[in-house]
Amino acid sequence: MKRTGAISLRKRLVLQLLALAAALAVLLYVTVRTVAGDAAEETLDGVLGAATLAIADELRGGEDGVSIDLPHEAFSILGSISQDRIFYRIAVGEVTVTGYDDLPAPARKLGSGLASPVFYTLPYRQTQVRVAAVERVVLADNAPVAVTVMVAQTRTGQDTIAARVANRAAGLGLGVFALAAILSMITAGSVLRPIDRLAEAVGRRGPRDLRSVDHPSPAELVPLITALNGFIARLRAALTRTETFITEAAHHIRTPLATVRAKAEIALRRAETEEARDTLRAVIRSVEESARSASQLLDHATVVYRSDRLAREPVDLGKLVAGVAQSFAPTAELKDLAIRTQGLEAAVTVTGDRLLLESALRNLMDNAVKYSPPDEEILISLEVVDGLARVAVSDRGRGLSGVNQAELTRRFARGGNVRDIVGSGLGLTIVDEVTAAHGGRLDLSEHAEGGTCAALFLPLG
Amino acid sequence: MRGAFLALGLMLAGLLPAHGFEVEEEASFAAPGPEVAVLRVLSTTDTQIMAPVIAGFQAVNRGITIHYTVANSQQVQAAIVTDGAAYDLVISSAMDLQMQLANDGFALPWQSERTTALPGWARWQDTLFAFAQEPVVLIAARSVFDGLAPPRTRRELTALLRDYPERFRGRIGTYDPERSGAGYLFATQDARLSDTFWRLAEVMGGLEPVLYDSTAPMINDLKAGRLVLAYNVLGSYAAPRLAGDDSTMLIELEDHTLTLLRTALIPRAARSPVLGGTFLDYLLGPSGRALIASEAGLPPIDEAALAAQPHLRPIRLDPGLLVYLDALKRRAFLEEWRAALIQP
Ligand SMILES: Nc1ncnc2c1ncn2[C@@H]1O[C@H](COP(=O)(O)OP(=O)(O)O)[C@@H](O)[C@H]1O
Ligand SMILES: [Mg+2]
Repeated sequence: MKRTGAISLRKRLVLQLLALAAALAVLLYVTVRTVAGDAAEETLDGVLGAATLAIADELRGGEDGVSIDLPHEAFSILGSISQDRIFYRIAVGEVTVTGYDDLPAPARKLGSGLASPVFYTLPYRQTQVRVAAVERVVLADNAPVAVTVMVAQTRTGQDTIAARVANRAAGLGLGVFALAAILSMITAGSVLRPIDRLAEAVGRRGPRDLRSVDHPSPAELVPLITALNGFIARLRAALTRTETFITEAAHHIRTPLATVRAKAEIALRRAETEEARDTLRAVIRSVEESARSASQLLDHATVVYRSDRLAREPVDLGKLVAGVAQSFAPTAELKDLAIRTQGLEAAVTVTGDRLLLESALRNLMDNAVKYSPPDEEILISLEVVDGLARVAVSDRGRGLSGVNQAELTRRFARGGNVRDIVGSGLGLTIVDEVTAAHGGRLDLSEHAEGGTCAALFLPLG
Repeated sequence: MRGAFLALGLMLAGLLPAHGFEVEEEASFAAPGPEVAVLRVLSTTDTQIMAPVIAGFQAVNRGITIHYTVANSQQVQAAIVTDGAAYDLVISSAMDLQMQLANDGFALPWQSERTTALPGWARWQDTLFAFAQEPVVLIAARSVFDGLAPPRTRRELTALLRDYPERFRGRIGTYDPERSGAGYLFATQDARLSDTFWRLAEVMGGLEPVLYDSTAPMINDLKAGRLVLAYNVLGSYAAPRLAGDDSTMLIELEDHTLTLLRTALIPRAARSPVLGGTFLDYLLGPSGRALIASEAGLPPIDEAALAAQPHLRPIRLDPGLLVYLDALKRRAFLEEWRAALIQP
């Protein structure tokens, strides 16, 4: 069962990188905004201060008190840099000489002489204004008088700049984020690639491949691989134990069966009544069948648990088939079956495990004999078809009654056509597994005129 | 048709409530269709000049009745600042006072396709908009230049006055900046643009100039032959009056010809600012511009026309205008002006 719930590594990595990128983008946005905002304010303050100083330069004393000739340029320059509202006030103490007399004076004391302007921001006339103030001393009626010049400006210009900068900064932030997003996808991909590769390498293995994993992997994956290899080793050991157990079990069954069979044959020779002879013959048949089942179990265990360690030797199929055909002659004779061979003289060689191949062939022969009625013929043929060796066992028996091959090759599966014929259902399973282990395949078919054809296809060489 | 409206309006005027400021003229233009809204305009521009434009506006906005009130620029200022009178649009040729209204926060912002299409020099922020550009000109009797070339610059004019004082003595007219807001605006802008203004003023001062507080009598006196020269007259008023009169001429001086911007703003106390904005948009739109040019006789805002006539200098619509409204500045300027022009 697949476990859900745990977030995928890629997702987690990408999400965290994206969060980081988003944080960076926001930081960038805020930084650009503040820096640009400060720069804009500084620039506008510079102009406002210059205008204020230019006005202060026009302050005059004299017998009639303080007077001033407002310089048009000062206002015009403020007007040309931004379309902001302008207010000004020239005051001696709290008394306004000229200008907007409700414009508040600076909170702190201004330095006289040539001190540079002081800036402050305050609410005025339903809006915010930035004020620059300087103080100058003039001689009015022979007495020094401190005069404050205040020039105020709304800051829509600065807001416009700030808004423009904010747009740019937002664009920049988004760009950085998008770039980071792409990079984080790529990074996640490259970081996780070794895991993908390892998974692929392990996944690609055949079902019986129990070699330890020695795929080159980054240090972080070495513990996982070590653990995996440990697990594989334990699995292999368990399989070996099972195989040994089955081999021994089969052996332990076969030996007493052989003894029983020997004793039964002696008894048969000595039996006097036909009835007793029949009984003993049945005993012998059953014992034979049991012994075959035990061998089949053994063969099956060998294919299942050792297919990765098959012997790889050249096997002359002609000879092998001839040998098997010959060994079945006595059994066939009991049923008056003729065994015919065809194409055995050709030299057809495959590479593989002789014993297993022989076992496969035996099982086919066994079926052919078992499921044929007496007085019929069994044909074993060997030929090369499309670069594959084809060994076919054909009988004229009952056929497969349409049951498909996948069904019949299942472990312990038997067809519905068996009637009283005993069997384990392992024969075709072994044949199928042996041919698969040799890179070949089994093909079961029915003759149109009745009977079964079981063919093995094996790669040459 | 238009006459009928006007008559009706002038009749209605008597029924309107009294104001805290002096009104020169009051007219009501009833909606041609069923009335849905009333637009109240306060203006320094005569009813008769604006009537065709109003009619054009009502032809497309048939449900709007327009109350059109005329007052001089000082009274317009007082109406808005002191009385907080509820007008939806204020039209004035006093750029400096309009600028002061906008700067001091008495104007509402208005943004439309029309206003944003205005060139930068013809609007301030989103509150003050120019809809006509009117050159400030010199008008003269042709006879006075007998045998002489008419002056093309202030320098030439100064030389002419100096060389032929007898032709001009006692027969030069100009605004009295102490009594006329427009005169003050023109004089200060002249002084700002060039130093030749002060030399001209001094020479005029030596020729016993006649000072006026409005345009119409100056033009009348020129036509009647009592004046031979009138300096700084609004061209848009003079041109139609002098048209067809071969004995007079209108001169745009080439060193610089001030160009006054007639502006409009929507006051903060407006009852229906959107209506004011709609009328403003009409003034700035193609049909409004066409009517302003052909019927009102005012040159609409036209950047190309300015480019073709480089001597035309639109008065800058910026807070620089506030400088000359400063009481101390005004006193100092008038003192200097008096010293130059009024010679014992
Ligand atoms: N030559 C054949 N003729 C008819 N049926 C066959 C033949 N070979 C196999 N079968 C069917 O396939 C089934 C599976 O065969 P196998 O695995 O050898 O088991 P079994 O021990 O029953 O022979 C049989 O039970 C039988 O129904
Ligand atoms: Mg079988």
